[in-house]
Amino acid sequence: MARAITTRKKIMWTALSWGIGLLIFFPILWTFLTSFKSEATAIADPPVWFLFDWTTVNYTDVLERSNYPLALTNSIIIALGSTLLGIIIAVPAAWAMAFVPGKRTKDVLLWMLSTKMLPAVGVLYPLVLIAKYFGILDSRILMVVILMLINLPIIVWMLYTYFREIPVDILEAARMDGANLKSEILYVLTPMALPGIASTILLNIILAWNEAFWTILLTTVSAAPLTKFIASFSAPEGLFYAKLSAASMMAIAPILIMGWFSQKQLVRGLTFGAVK
Amino acid sequence: MTKHFLLGTAGGLALTVGLASAAAAQSTTLTIATVNNGDMVRMQGLTDDFSEQNPDIQLEWVTLEENVLRQNVTTDISTGGGQYDVITIGTYEVPIWAQNDWLVSLSDGMSEDWNESDLLPAVASGLSVDGELYAAPFYGESSMVMYRTDLMEEAGLEMPDAPTWEFIREAAAAMTDRENDINGICLRGKAGWGENAAFLTAMANSFGARWFDEDWNAQFDSEAWSNTLNFYLDMMEESGPASAANNGFNENLTLFQQGKCGMWIDATVAASFVTNPDDSQVADKVGFALAPDNGLGKRSNWLWAWSLAIPSSSDNVDAAKTFISWATGQGYSELVAENEGWANVPPGTRASLYENPEYLAAAPFAQMTLDSINSADPTNPTVDPVPYTGVQFVAIPEFQGIGTQVGQQFSAALAGQQSAEEALAAAQQLTTEEMEAAGY
Repeated sequence: MARAITTRKKIMWTALSWGIGLLIFFPILWTFLTSFKSEATAIADPPVWFLFDWTTVNYTDVLERSNYPLALTNSIIIALGSTLLGIIIAVPAAWAMAFVPGKRTKDVLLWMLSTKMLPAVGVLYPLVLIAKYFGILDSRILMVVILMLINLPIIVWMLYTYFREIPVDILEAARMDGANLKSEILYVLTPMALPGIASTILLNIILAWNEAFWTILLTTVSAAPLTKFIASFSAPEGLFYAKLSAASMMAIAPILIMGWFSQKQLVRGLTFGAVK
Repeated sequence: MTKHFLLGTAGGLALTVGLASAAAAQSTTLTIATVNNGDMVRMQGLTDDFSEQNPDIQLEWVTLEENVLRQNVTTDISTGGGQYDVITIGTYEVPIWAQNDWLVSLSDGMSEDWNESDLLPAVASGLSVDGELYAAPFYGESSMVMYRTDLMEEAGLEMPDAPTWEFIREAAAAMTDRENDINGICLRGKAGWGENAAFLTAMANSFGARWFDEDWNAQFDSEAWSNTLNFYLDMMEESGPASAANNGFNENLTLFQQGKCGMWIDATVAASFVTNPDDSQVADKVGFALAPDNGLGKRSNWLWAWSLAIPSSSDNVDAAKTFISWATGQGYSELVAENEGWANVPPGTRASLYENPEYLAAAPFAQMTLDSINSADPTNPTVDPVPYTGVQFVAIPEFQGIGTQVGQQFSAALAGQQSAEEALAAAQQLTTEEMEAAGY
């Protein structure tokens, strides 16, 4: 039943939402402003807000000093590749766990999640040695596989949760109509779970895009993504905030724009199944 | 729709795999890992000269933040990954890594015109193990006093070329003007082995303190350390900036450039920043002096050199030596001078640079930098004998961890969270525990 909300309350809630929204958005806004300042203005005390000589020199410097197109291409390939590979592996796994659970399914799920608790640095050396053995250090294929493995538990868990919302009767009906396993997953389950799959894809692209431990340690030049590109603009002696901000804006812009365009899908996917 | 989706997926993957295998193809280029500082960035801009002389050697640059670079390079060397052919490392790592056989000796195989005997002895000794050079210095630095000549005059004082700590404290108090936001002295307070621990270790040397005795026993319970820390804390309380416990090199640089510090004792490389009229509001009012002492025979200046080395995992040692010969040779100084002016030549590595009248005319801080570097002795850094090398650090692998933890104790004392005695007691305990655990 709808409740009557007074105008005063409405204004209060709206103001509060805007306040929280702006607070969360503030670091991005500040990075954006700093990226157009000179290095001296960037660290001015008290801080300068809007009234400064806007300059794009940081962006031109950043573009001159590093290979942004290569880093961007690498980020796109690594984020998309690892997510799609993960989905292909996780859909059958989540199907099995959701619709034909065994005695130990819950344990398997928890075990998968527990791998996320392992400190990443603990497997750094074995992974580097394996990659070296196969001659794939600093390659995109290595990063795609590693980020897929790292995010796989999250993908499986998310898909499992969405699949469980789908009535098993529908799948049984499809089987009665003669659908085999492949058709059942491809033509019945997947279309119904599409909002869930889409939000899983989006979330994992964001996770892979931002991953900074493996992408920095296992790449040098050819496969180095935007995380490594940002890491090159911090300086121990000398001012760097404005250039670092410009590099950060260039690194987050693509994923930010993707997030804006797909936020409806993201929210819908994340709340999918919340109302029964 | 689903069919299209799957086809798209498969297509994307095929593309990924295809591109990835193309990227994995072998290349004969030199991969150079470096830090992001002005001199290194300048070198990247001048590599056309190298390419003209060596058309068969291609250069790939990986610029990284200092700690990220260390992590990357250590992982690569210790696994024999062979991802890097030339690496930029500091004076701290060179002796440790050379002893681990991680670095290629540069004592032979360098170009004929690369003159090893021209390197400043203090710098070269920090980069050598058993008489063999393992890294070629690209730029060297010490620390010194930078001060505002106008404020010093207003205070009615005159800075000697080699001041004592007592004079510095007195001058700091006289220059402090809280109403006009002027702090008599700005010093590092931010915790970190390369931040406040470096400064206080060098300062402690001049107070007769040391990290360890000859049997590797921690010495923070000594009177000399108590004198050092109490002097530092009292002086900072009298004349230091309000948030000193958060200030590292960059923060103090900003304060000084904005005219908010009377004196600043820090890296000699800062001299070119504070005298640059584009960034500094006090560019024409800066004087220099040696880092202070207490009359015990050791000054409080440190010694550091960013250097180029070849990891033993590199497959391109000869080409790497050719590159290092170019980047750290005398010819490079002339190349920078031609393109960017003498003031921008990387300082602190070669004696010949300090005999060059053009350089001496362009860099007013040149002589003080040279004197500071020459007065630092990494193999004999303290008043009492010690089992380690390093002026503002202890060249053992455990030092990064211990130094940062000790720095946190000192920083907490500066922030007023504990007394000097509590900080030193905590430092003594943690250092003793860590060293015992490490088997010393």
